[in-house]
Amino acid sequence: MKKLLAVLLAMTMVLGLAACGGNNSQTTDTPPASTDAPAPAETPAEAPSGADSITVWVYPVGGWGDEAKVKPLIDKFTADTGISVNMEWLAYADGDDKVNSALTGGNAPDVIMEGPERLVANWGVNGHMVDLRDMIDDEDRSEILPAALEAGTAADGSVYLYPMFNVAHCMAVNYTAVKEAGAEANIDLETRTWTVDQFDATVKALYDKFGGTVAAVYCAGQGGDQGTRELIRNRYGTKLTNADHTAYTWNSPEVINALTDLKNMDGIAFDASLQGGDEIAKFYQGVLKMAFCWNAAQQLDPNSAGTGEGKTLTGDEIVYMTFPTQPGKDPEEGSGVWGLGAFDTGDAGRIEAAKTFIKYMCDSENCSQAGDISNFFSCRSKAEGVEIKSSNPLLVEYYGKMMPYMGEYYQITKGWAGARTEWWNMLQRVGAGDDIAETVAKYEANANAAAAAG
Amino acid sequence: MANSPNKISRALQRRENVAGYLFMLPSLIFFVGFVVVPMIICIGYGFTDANMNSKTAATTFVGLKNFIDLWQDETFLLALKNTFLIVVVSVPTVCLFSLWVSSAIYHLKSAALSAFRIIFYLPVITGSVAVTVVWKWMYDNYTGILNYVLKGAGLIEQNINFLGDERFALWCIILILFTTSVGQPIVLYVSALGNVDQTLVEAAEVDGATDIQVFWKVKWPQMMPTTLYILVITTINSFQCFALIQLLTQGGSGTNTVMYYIYYTAFKLTEQRGHFGYANAMGVVLAIFIGILSAIQFKLGKEK
Amino acid sequence: MKLGEKRATPYRVISVIILVILALLFLFPLYWIITGSLKPVTEILNPTPSFFPKEFTLNNFDRLFAKRSAPLWELAVPFSAQFSARHQPIIFSAGPTVPAAIRWLVNTVFMAVAAMLLTCITAAMAGYALAKKRFQGRAILFSLIVCAMALPKQVILIPLIKEISALHMWDSLWAVIVPTVGWPFGVFLMKQFSESIPGEILEAARIDGSSEWHTFYNVVTPMIKPGIGALAIFTFINSWNDYFLQLIMLGSGSNYTISLGIATLQSETSIDLGILMAGAALAAVPIIIVFLIFQKYFTQGITMGAVKG
Repeated sequence: MKKLLAVLLAMTMVLGLAACGGNNSQTTDTPPASTDAPAPAETPAEAPSGADSITVWVYPVGGWGDEAKVKPLIDKFTADTGISVNMEWLAYADGDDKVNSALTGGNAPDVIMEGPERLVANWGVNGHMVDLRDMIDDEDRSEILPAALEAGTAADGSVYLYPMFNVAHCMAVNYTAVKEAGAEANIDLETRTWTVDQFDATVKALYDKFGGTVAAVYCAGQGGDQGTRELIRNRYGTKLTNADHTAYTWNSPEVINALTDLKNMDGIAFDASLQGGDEIAKFYQGVLKMAFCWNAAQQLDPNSAGTGEGKTLTGDEIVYMTFPTQPGKDPEEGSGVWGLGAFDTGDAGRIEAAKTFIKYMCDSENCSQAGDISNFFSCRSKAEGVEIKSSNPLLVEYYGKMMPYMGEYYQITKGWAGARTEWWNMLQRVGAGDDIAETVAKYEANANAAAAAG
Repeated sequence: MANSPNKISRALQRRENVAGYLFMLPSLIFFVGFVVVPMIICIGYGFTDANMNSKTAATTFVGLKNFIDLWQDETFLLALKNTFLIVVVSVPTVCLFSLWVSSAIYHLKSAALSAFRIIFYLPVITGSVAVTVVWKWMYDNYTGILNYVLKGAGLIEQNINFLGDERFALWCIILILFTTSVGQPIVLYVSALGNVDQTLVEAAEVDGATDIQVFWKVKWPQMMPTTLYILVITTINSFQCFALIQLLTQGGSGTNTVMYYIYYTAFKLTEQRGHFGYANAMGVVLAIFIGILSAIQFKLGKEK
Repeated sequence: MKLGEKRATPYRVISVIILVILALLFLFPLYWIITGSLKPVTEILNPTPSFFPKEFTLNNFDRLFAKRSAPLWELAVPFSAQFSARHQPIIFSAGPTVPAAIRWLVNTVFMAVAAMLLTCITAAMAGYALAKKRFQGRAILFSLIVCAMALPKQVILIPLIKEISALHMWDSLWAVIVPTVGWPFGVFLMKQFSESIPGEILEAARIDGSSEWHTFYNVVTPMIKPGIGALAIFTFINSWNDYFLQLIMLGSGSNYTISLGIATLQSETSIDLGILMAGAALAAVPIIIVFLIFQKYFTQGITMGAVKG
């Protein structure tokens, strides 16, 4: 027994040593960040002027999910302000759980990056966030996109999210496959918009040519659910919530008809084994010929694989498109807004440092760099006198073609987290063959019950 | 066994108390601190509408409301059904399968015997997350090896969406659970077979008993303690299927379990008033069921 | 000897054939992880799978290691946060910056070994007391332990997080270790095991004037050694696999375990099977090698523990 334990312990050490020896070459430059950790213990005196280290949690928003891209900016921040940053990257699948479990125990980070549906509608209005109103003066108000600022503001005027960047969510087709199927006439490369009939014809052509599943109405979870929402609501042109974002209105003939069409269409599968991320991966592999979970960052670096912009794994050309609509009707693309918020940790010094970080990223000359990292579009035209513009030609083109169609930000409707679940569960039931009208009615009622209970 | 209680004097009893509790102490600190106390708090929460947003929504006592609501909650009832289905299916199949494997490999040469033992044990030590990740890939609807093989063999025409189809998803999860559960029982049964009293076996064989008769009449009763132990660990194992659900289906495709639903209610439905209370009420109900199940198992074990 | 005498009946032949097929099926996931981790991405994603890699590459591991980095070793001193200013725990850190996946592995080994050692010590003592000490309240305590044994940790999720957070242990490996040690299965196992210690030996030790602790340490421990071995293995594997506790208790990437790390890789927006399989291989292969080296002890330990039910 003793021998066994001794061996296990020895193994631990050997593993450690092996790791030391074998991977020195991998080691990147090592700023002695870790040695800073015990420091606060010795210097409590300067507490009121702001903490000297903060914790920042980011969801993988576009390029902000890539440590290598973010690190230079963070290092620059530390060099400029003397505040060291403990950066953590969350994943969409369990990020909420992580934050909520931290909140449960009072271990919230200082700063978080995500969208208004979490920062404002969930954590903000429930008293977990710091109101950032005092950081936004009249000049800022004139520079920040009004829709984005509005999304970051709660009903009582508190600003819980300082907007950083936004994007219109769109869809994409494998243009090479479309050409092989002889359906490229349906795709207008100039406007990037199309009608439901053109979309259906393309699906049919692709299905006739390749068989199998052309595109998936993915519903394994909430990941990337904006894609399925926008696809379905644009088909007959409707909204999923009421105007003041207090109730869900998706039990409508438009939604039911759209679901019925999609359900009956060859080549479209309601797939309960995929989420948005899986769908992108399958599209990138060339298995699916269309993706509904798409945006500028995806177009720039499909599947974050680093294999070149606008190309699948096998080199097929990817073309982004709006969601198809009825003829003569403008599409409404899903709106994505992201920014920074500060958790109310109850420690004035830490909140001060958190605000310093937010100011640095959202309202300073660094704002442009922060936006570039994301591969989305900055929410403001100017920051502290510096003009902000994307220089990447693809992004400029995307901005011109897609952003005019960006819809309103309805994800801040009450009970959103519950409603998302009802949405993908509803799609699963439709996919399993349940009566569509009944299913839609039932899950909308559940979502509204969640909104009312919230 | 050693002392008969009625003979112990009070002084001796005090000594036993002191010694007993001192020996228990280190373990009790952990057990009481991190299992019993949370359980008591959990029961308390079950009667309230506690929630994560205590700053904006005060916690109030709601009596039995959570416990009553549970039985109207379709999701909970389905989750409860699935939880029991998993236990009811996986416990006996794991026991029978490992019994069969061990009796079949027991006769082999020792090198082959230990090779088989290791192979069946490998999924246990590979680690649940690594196993889940690779099974997810194997089950894949588009590029999974399972569909490829079944199609190649002409058994199916269309790819099966294993994890996305509610007819298959739960069974696919039970299958993974099964592969990660049989390793230990097989090792245990092999050694239990080795400990069977050979004279009894030989006596039965002389009396003309068939192999099957020898097995059930002579060997099986002697392996009862092992079987009880296997029942206990397999049951424990079946309730630990959280990683599979979380990583494969997130409770979709009809695979929700109470364990996952508790987690979901606690950490995903944070906007819902009283979600902590509700999650804890579910926990209490589950704990009661498990307590009953354990009691039955031990009762059965004692009788043998 | 007895093996040779058995005749090869048709049943035996068929069952061996079935066993071989089953064994191959049981091996397959592991084979698929390892080969998958060595295939180039294009081959992994090819809808027509190749059973044997056409081309070997370490590129998946390179990409996995390039993702994040962390210091090799950091350990928060338990309870230090209570005494330090601003409730920041005191942290020892050592070693160069390494790919986070290596750090995860180090974390996992530390967590599993610490949980194993603590569980074995506490459970051996408690199990012995439950089996051999006629103290009052023993029966109730034992029933409580039996009932709590199968309890999934999800049940006590919320109170546990609050408690661990109040102790300033959240987001450190101790948050995972401590509830694992509290799980009473070990006590149950050691109790079953200690039952078989003959009372006369304990009586003899007492008459010789041996103190309670001495009796336990010198007389009891050697007799329950195999049981402790079984428990050690069981706890090690269990804590290695306890994805749930790790998920709710560990917040920052440098504190992740390897399981949690892979799960996080799986759930990012871009799903990269190559990196996933590299992570899975990294999680599985070291422990399997250890298992193969010590498999004799493993099986012996497991076996001895149980048969004494």
